[in-house]
Amino acid sequence: MTPFDYHAPKTLRSAMRLVQAFGDDAKVLAGGHSLIPSMKLRLAAPSVVIDLSGVAGLKRVTAGNETISIGALATHYAVESHRLLPSKCSLLPETAAEIGDAQVRNRGTVGGSIAHADPAADWPATMLALDAQFDIAGPDGERAVAASDFFVDLFITDLQPGEILTQIRIAVPAECSGGAYVKMRQSASGFALAGVAAQVTLDDAGNCASVAVGVTGVAPAAYRAHAVEDALVGQGIDAVADAAAHATDGVEEFQEDHHASGDYRAHLARVFTQRALSQAIDRAA
Amino acid sequence: MPVSKSVGARIKRREDPRLIQGLAHYVDDIKLPNLLHVAILRSPYAHARINGINTDAAQNLSGVKSVVTGDDVKDVIGGIPCAATDPEGFPGIKVPHHPVLATGKVRFVGEPVAAVAATDAYIAQDALDLIEVDYEPLDAINSAEAAFADGAPVIHEDWDDNMAFTWSIAGGDVDAAFAEADHVVSQRIDHQRLVPNPMETRGVVAQYLPGKDQLNLWSSTQIPHLLRTQISVMLSMAENHVRVIAPEVGGGFGCKLNVYAEEALLGHMAKYLGQPVKWIEGRRENFLHTIHGRDQTGDVELAVKDDGTILGLNYTVTADVGAYYQLLTPAIPTLTGLMLCGSYTFKNVQMNLKAAFTNKMATDAYRGAGRPEATYLIERMIDVVAHDLDLDPLAVRRKNFIGKDAFPYETGTALAYDSGDYTAALDKALKIADYEALREQQAELREEGRYLGIGFSTYVEICGMGPSAAMPAGGWESSTVRVDPTGKVTVLTGVSPHGQGQETTFAQLIADGLGVDIDDIRIIHGDTDAVQYGIGTFGSRATAVGGTAMVHAMGKVKDKVVDIAAHLLESNPQDIVIEDGKYCVQGAPESGLTLGEIAMVAHVGVELPEGTEPGLAESHFFEPPNFTYPFGTHIAVVEVDADTGEVEIERYIAVDDCGNIINPLIVEGQVHGGIAQGVGQALYEEAIYDESGQMITGSFMDYALPKAHNFPRFELANTVTPSPVNPMGVKGVGEAGTIGSTPAIANAVIDALKPFGVRHIDLPLRPEKLWKLMQET
Ligand SMILES: Cc1cc2nc3c(=O)[nH]c(=O)nc-3n(C[C@H](O)[C@H](O)[C@H](O)COP(=O)(O)OP(=O)(O)OC[C@H]3O[C@@H](n4cnc5c(N)ncnc54)[C@H](O)[C@@H]3O)c2cc1C
Repeated sequence: MTPFDYHAPKTLRSAMRLVQAFGDDAKVLAGGHSLIPSMKLRLAAPSVVIDLSGVAGLKRVTAGNETISIGALATHYAVESHRLLPSKCSLLPETAAEIGDAQVRNRGTVGGSIAHADPAADWPATMLALDAQFDIAGPDGERAVAASDFFVDLFITDLQPGEILTQIRIAVPAECSGGAYVKMRQSASGFALAGVAAQVTLDDAGNCASVAVGVTGVAPAAYRAHAVEDALVGQGIDAVADAAAHATDGVEEFQEDHHASGDYRAHLARVFTQRALSQAIDRAA
Repeated sequence: MPVSKSVGARIKRREDPRLIQGLAHYVDDIKLPNLLHVAILRSPYAHARINGINTDAAQNLSGVKSVVTGDDVKDVIGGIPCAATDPEGFPGIKVPHHPVLATGKVRFVGEPVAAVAATDAYIAQDALDLIEVDYEPLDAINSAEAAFADGAPVIHEDWDDNMAFTWSIAGGDVDAAFAEADHVVSQRIDHQRLVPNPMETRGVVAQYLPGKDQLNLWSSTQIPHLLRTQISVMLSMAENHVRVIAPEVGGGFGCKLNVYAEEALLGHMAKYLGQPVKWIEGRRENFLHTIHGRDQTGDVELAVKDDGTILGLNYTVTADVGAYYQLLTPAIPTLTGLMLCGSYTFKNVQMNLKAAFTNKMATDAYRGAGRPEATYLIERMIDVVAHDLDLDPLAVRRKNFIGKDAFPYETGTALAYDSGDYTAALDKALKIADYEALREQQAELREEGRYLGIGFSTYVEICGMGPSAAMPAGGWESSTVRVDPTGKVTVLTGVSPHGQGQETTFAQLIADGLGVDIDDIRIIHGDTDAVQYGIGTFGSRATAVGGTAMVHAMGKVKDKVVDIAAHLLESNPQDIVIEDGKYCVQGAPESGLTLGEIAMVAHVGVELPEGTEPGLAESHFFEPPNFTYPFGTHIAVVEVDADTGEVEIERYIAVDDCGNIINPLIVEGQVHGGIAQGVGQALYEEAIYDESGQMITGSFMDYALPKAHNFPRFELANTVTPSPVNPMGVKGVGEAGTIGSTPAIANAVIDALKPFGVRHIDLPLRPEKLWKLMQET
């Protein structure tokens, strides 16, 4: 392994100081589930590794009346097992439970997954569907970015060198809102061949007052399926199938490998959009 | 308290506590003073000329002790051996030299090119980056078809084409069968390349003791004795100065039934450097440079009568065997040929095989080794016949089954099936499945647009390998049974268990046979300095052959014990029985003697009957008269998701007949794992090389193994048809699950898609493939 210096700051402030001092030479380490394999394969060779796992406060998950906040270093399991989340926002623990296996969920972090932006990761779909806000600490202080502005391309996000994702904020969905995350697992890795998160709020008549759909695994970056949402707002469950047909509208490039062709992924996006929406509406009712 | 009858009991595996608690010692747990760590530079190209290698920078890296290349070792380490190259069996066979480190040319991605020994594993790895190899890339061949194409680049330039060998077998009168047939049912069938994937990768530690001129070689192997012989030849050392130890071995599935470059290379380096060396294979290395399984594609034709009677079979096949041979490479597809008749009565059979060199890792024995190809082929074809002739697949099976009174039964390929009752296993499985109800459920679900499928496999396979005459390197097995002065029993066995549980089953046999507590028995294996020569563990042979050798050795010990007991009790040997753990005159256990008391007498040596040698140890070498032929019926029930093509296994029923059962728990464990591996082939696994010869499924992120959540609870049962081949009546069960399950799943999935007019689909049955077929209609 190429030698590197290792730092384990205890506070966000000292982490920020290190990140800024070493700039591009440094990589921050969360659970290491993506970074360490890349280093082992020599795809990444940072000369400085800054381990965030000891930074105070970054692992906290809280569910208030209005806002849920997830520290960037919270593990998938911390979300999966949080006492209040099933009632406040079931989409979060449902997504967490779909990630890898128990060991993976105990080690991998929500922030690491989002920052890494694997095109087949599960969280990006859910973060999009929940209109999550990402709090980012940088050289010029804090900024917040909406999930819909964050995932740019294959492994590329809006995060800039010298920045650290600190927490994820999500507005607690309204009373008559429901969410669902469904995916097809790539048979080797367990990541999503296609994964769809839907969050739907119903009006008094039982029609969709708001719809949000996030799709992962299909395109180079996870995306909001706006055409689906537009087709379903104001409509009821009967309109789901037609709306879901728009799941890949506007997608120009599809992921493709020996596990699945682009066409098949597009098809799965439509199937799982329909399933996620049906379940979400069911749960909202 | 001795267990009075432990054979047949569900005794938990005695080896598990140490495995589960992390107290076992694998190769990587071996630590020796001054140990150097070895890393191997592997070819990044599938096919390239090596115009030069510069190791200076690597050599100069601090901590690096030595860098060796092919040129350094080509005169001191012999080629990697292959035991199946007889031109009489394989007409026209080309046997290329297989160097431990490439010289002149590399022929597959992962081929060893250089080795670095350094003070730690990280430095060794870093040093690999500093070795400069001047490669001149050549066009690569990634399939047998490409290998035989006009103008294909030649992989071994001593010859002018890529034909590795041919092989054929014929029985009966195939032409007459086809002339008589009402129908010829044909299908091209592919057996995709698989990666064995034992949980523990390979690994070697070598230590040379100059004072004794002794090489100690620890290797994660299934065949310590055969390995010792081969290493001594490769390194030109006296065989009795080489000691091979297989410590705890974390699975093999056949891929450790071999002799690999690293084993000889590390042996050489330990001697040459005067320091012990260790190499532990990484998972990616394992994908690239541990043997692969299967990789045959062929055209099958069945001659069939209107009523479904099969008259004959013709199989024309190519095998993609990779760039070089490993130990048994050419022998594997011959097992396919031998088993083509399956459980059926037709005797007119023919297989013509052409094997191709390609720029891939060698194929060799992987769980089932050639038999899964035969079983998948015939079991799949039975369903194709049923499809084409509009017959019930079960009726076709029953019509063609070898009857239970026909045993011993000679097949068209000149095998002698030992015993069997195929109908009994099928009937039992149908009863467990509640077959009629399943078909009704299938019909109802189809109405709702849901696709349930029911698939059968009524397999027979070969175990207990085997008579020496039918094996490339000996088919017998050995054992020594020794009673120590205090009455503790030590068994030395020539087999080399690595997950099969013989430390338990062998102890059960001894406990019953000698009347001792199972805790007083120790089974020693896998150390060539401790154990007399043996052949090893593969081909589901350890119990049927190794266990029999042990039972015979135990019989000799027991005769002596009884003689001594009779002498001491002033009785006759024929009147001595074991009661309450004592050797006594029938009905008088209170005056009887324990095995320990008798053993002490045997070792003190003064109260022995006249003419009796002191000591209490006997050996036996057992040559089996025949293979054994386990069989059974597997039934898979699957549902295919019409929207996505995903396959869900709803139920899995397996009725296996492996003869008498020593430990049902262990048999079930073998069947569980076997089914999972066979399902892996049916649904998930495939080693894919791209056009340039790069393996694109070279990690667990891309090569899909089956996982626990892919399976329902298996419904297992047995029928018991003892084998006449050995005194225990056992057959073997190490591979049955794998052999039986692949066709059961394939047939079930294809049955589910019957409404879409699907007749055959090649494996693995990936969701996308199924979804596309459902779209086409
Ligand atoms: C076997 C296995 C199976 C998996 N299965 C799934 C699955 O099914 N679905 C799925 O979605 N994921 C899956 N994962 C991914 C896993 O859950 C992790 O989320 C992911 O690997 C990120 O790892 P990590 O959190 O340990 O981050 P690290 O590996 O430590 O970091 C990843 C990258 O993000 C950067 N980074 C980390 N934290 C921050 C931060 N706070 N601010 C800025 N940059 C940061 C790092 O510098 C690095 O570049 C799997 C992983 C493994 C190993």
